[in-house]
Amino acid sequence: MADSKALYQEVILDHNRKPRNYGALADANHKAEGHNPLCGDHITMALRLDDDRVGAIAFEGESCAICKASASMLTTNVKGKTRDEAEVLIREFRDMATGKLDVATEPHHLGRLTVFGGVRDLPTRVKCAILPWHTLHAALNAAGSASTESEQDPMHAPIGDA
Amino acid sequence: MSSLPTKRAAPGALDVASIRADFPILDLKVSGKPLVYLDNAASSQMPQPVIDRLVRYQKEQHANIHRGVHYLSETATAEFEAARKKLAAFVNAREEREVIFTSGTTESINLVMHGYGRKFIGAGDEIILTTLEHHSNIVPWQMLAEEKGAKIRVVPISDAGELRVDEYEKLFNERTKFVGLSHVSNALGTVNPVKGMVAFAHARGVPVLLDGAQAAPHLTVDVQDLDCDFYAFSGHKLCGPTGIGMLYGKAAQLERMQPFKGGGDMILSVTFEKTTYNTIPHKFEAGTPPIAAAIGLGAAIDYLTNIGMDAIAAHELELLDYATAQVNKLPGVRILGTAEHKAAVLSFVMDGVHPHDVGTLLNEDGIAVRTGHHCAQPVMQRFKVPATSRASFAFYNTMAEVDALVAGIRNVQKVFA
Repeated sequence: MADSKALYQEVILDHNRKPRNYGALADANHKAEGHNPLCGDHITMALRLDDDRVGAIAFEGESCAICKASASMLTTNVKGKTRDEAEVLIREFRDMATGKLDVATEPHHLGRLTVFGGVRDLPTRVKCAILPWHTLHAALNAAGSASTESEQDPMHAPIGDA
Repeated sequence: MSSLPTKRAAPGALDVASIRADFPILDLKVSGKPLVYLDNAASSQMPQPVIDRLVRYQKEQHANIHRGVHYLSETATAEFEAARKKLAAFVNAREEREVIFTSGTTESINLVMHGYGRKFIGAGDEIILTTLEHHSNIVPWQMLAEEKGAKIRVVPISDAGELRVDEYEKLFNERTKFVGLSHVSNALGTVNPVKGMVAFAHARGVPVLLDGAQAAPHLTVDVQDLDCDFYAFSGHKLCGPTGIGMLYGKAAQLERMQPFKGGGDMILSVTFEKTTYNTIPHKFEAGTPPIAAAIGLGAAIDYLTNIGMDAIAAHELELLDYATAQVNKLPGVRILGTAEHKAAVLSFVMDGVHPHDVGTLLNEDGIAVRTGHHCAQPVMQRFKVPATSRASFAFYNTMAEVDALVAGIRNVQKVFA
């Protein structure tokens, strides 16, 4: 049985109430929009790559709490990471959310992002949690836009291979 | 006390406890809590008599219909046609042949689009739809408009979610060829004044299809009184199985339409030179239909008719009025759809909480509501929201379940405070 109470933990509610790095990023050199047409979630992820490292990152948009908290925690976790390190986090987050990575028994780099592990029991909410990461992947690869319903959807096709 | 005995309960006097005992699924526990099923507009639950009927058909009566001369085929055919008769009586059709079995409302509308629209609607013609339509009464007509070069005109709605009938009347011109109109809005619950709208269209020689998916479960439907050309609904919203529904069509309209699907059962004779189509309704029923589902729907109609649609409507309106009053007391919660005439649907948005979060947290309390755009994105755009949470009631719901919903909404507010 899904335990959504475990999903709506204080850390997630806090990031939803006070999202970190929320707003526009004036000197962004990578940007993408993410959209989930099924629920109307819409976020923009903007970042500045300094050489190969995420020097600054911000997001904005309208979404549910799971998506917004996921985006907020994404920004705090990805800032300062190299592009490759960010792609590892994207892949591991996706695998955790879809149940392919058991964060309790297998090695990973997700840290506090494991609070989102509960979405694997809520299939309709997996896309909410993944959308920011999908959008980050699109931004890093300058794809311009991402959709949970496109062929690049992590639910349909693997990401991180580009 | 009335001294006259009656088989039916007086309006508002449903014995809900004994009705609930007919629905095994209502005993379910979800998240450790008693299930509070308030997603009836998406699909209703099935009572034991309908489940039993499906089982009896499969155990004792199944064979293909309209074909064999053997006992089982004749039995299955008789039961299938008896179900058609029940549906015809349920909507007060003049004749049984005006009832076509389809897979549901969506297929019914597509049948009319292909059978009527592709034959009689051409370049420059106009089709009138409304902002309240479910996507299934929008997309088929858009496909037709694209194919034929026809045009879609849309009736706007008021802030209360009521159709602007004055604007509807202004949309008519000499190119108007068809009207598609929901009887009850699935997203807001608005009951539309369809009878007058049908009469207005008919005065201009324009046929009307009514999408009754959200009306047939909640109201007494009389197609002769409404005088609509077509009426569509789905079985699974009426305590019946999925995969079955019906299209009512006036015989004269059905006769002049072209077939929708080709195949067995819809023909009288076939040679490679020429095929002669069967008479209605069989002209529109190619292939082996879902026989068990049709018979199950017939049993569901019996079940509902035995309770009485007026009693059902009265109980559901009590639930809706009570829920509306309780939810209106909650600060930060806004009901979308405040039409004077509504049926069984409470759509709402909460300040600072996305509907999907509402739905997930209500589920934790065992409460099933629908969250999303309800396949009615034009309605969402009209109210400038991406989605809503929607509680929709059936006759087996209780005031205590409304209280559970209200407590659940308060809990969501507490979590997000």
